[in-house]
Amino acid sequence: MSSLDPRIKRLDLKKTEEGEVHTNTHLITWEVFHQEKRGKQPMHVGAVHASNPEMALLMAKETFGRRGKTTNLWVVKSSDVYTFPTEDEDMFETTPEKMFRDPAYYKVRDRIEKFQNKQKV
Amino acid sequence: MNNEGLKDLLYKMADDALIIGHRNSEWTGIGPMLEEDLAFSSMAQDKIGHAQALYKILHEILGEEDPDKIAFLREEKKFKCCHFTELPIGEYDFSLVRHFLFDHAEALRYEMLAQSSFQPIVLLAKKIKGEIKYHTMHSDSFLKQLGTGNEESHARMQSALNYAFPFALGIFEKSEFENEIIADGIFAGEEELKKRWLEKIATIIAAATLKLPHVDESKIAYGGRKGFHSEYLKPLLDEMCEVVRTDPEAEW
Repeated sequence: MSSLDPRIKRLDLKKTEEGEVHTNTHLITWEVFHQEKRGKQPMHVGAVHASNPEMALLMAKETFGRRGKTTNLWVVKSSDVYTFPTEDEDMFETTPEKMFRDPAYYKVRDRIEKFQNKQKV
Repeated sequence: MNNEGLKDLLYKMADDALIIGHRNSEWTGIGPMLEEDLAFSSMAQDKIGHAQALYKILHEILGEEDPDKIAFLREEKKFKCCHFTELPIGEYDFSLVRHFLFDHAEALRYEMLAQSSFQPIVLLAKKIKGEIKYHTMHSDSFLKQLGTGNEESHARMQSALNYAFPFALGIFEKSEFENEIIADGIFAGEEELKKRWLEKIATIIAAATLKLPHVDESKIAYGGRKGFHSEYLKPLLDEMCEVVRTDPEAEW
């Protein structure tokens, strides 16, 4: 069985003279989210390999929670994360131009108008 | 308060932690997978940290030598670790089973010491409670996973358990001060600890579909607590202390 993990697929591991290359295919890949403080949103920090959620958390604890402050960790099966195909990235191309959707844009607009009005007086 | 009994207790706990910590750190870089390599190494570091905290109590409160000197410049005979901690790491199945059996005994010992009449050990027990919780959580998961994994993993865990168990029972070798430290309320004793430990591990071993072997009293690996060690401790100490012993006075 080939791995479901794109990171392993990309490696294109093949059989060598020494035998089959181990790819941890008996393990599941889990995405790890790290929560620094209670109430703060968990941030994606990386992935671990484990055979069940319990062990994924155990591995995540030392891989991503061994330094600095941690309140909690989340693990989610990588295969449960859905994404757009990369060729659909063009859907997002013009978004940065739509400044009117950015609340900060209005804040600045207000200040500019205020300044302009001041100049008139 | 009986200081000799107290010192004996702290020394054996610290030496156990130092030696098993050093042993487990031998897996660093060659663990079965990256994440587990990190986890096992971190736990080994924790153990060495526990040893240091205990040596510090011995030094600062009970007038023993400096922690570095205790750890690196004592002769083998003065060590009070049990044979179980001295054994080579073997295959990963053995190291996991040792981790399981040892860490539950350690966790319960600190749980009992949280009620001790000796305050410094009460504080340490509280401080490292969460750390040890992770250690036993980790060992229990692996034991269950591999015990119920496939035929090979089950067989390997069972044979590691059969080999390890007589050594593990050596943890509970009584000291000559046993009655005094119980009477002084320092520690409820090895017999009580062993009873709680057997109850605790029995349920987890059953959940892992493994069986506790029957062990003849004469097969239990005693002696470590009195300074009689297995053939494996001396080479470990030679390696662990090699750098320090080239210049014991050097400032680090």
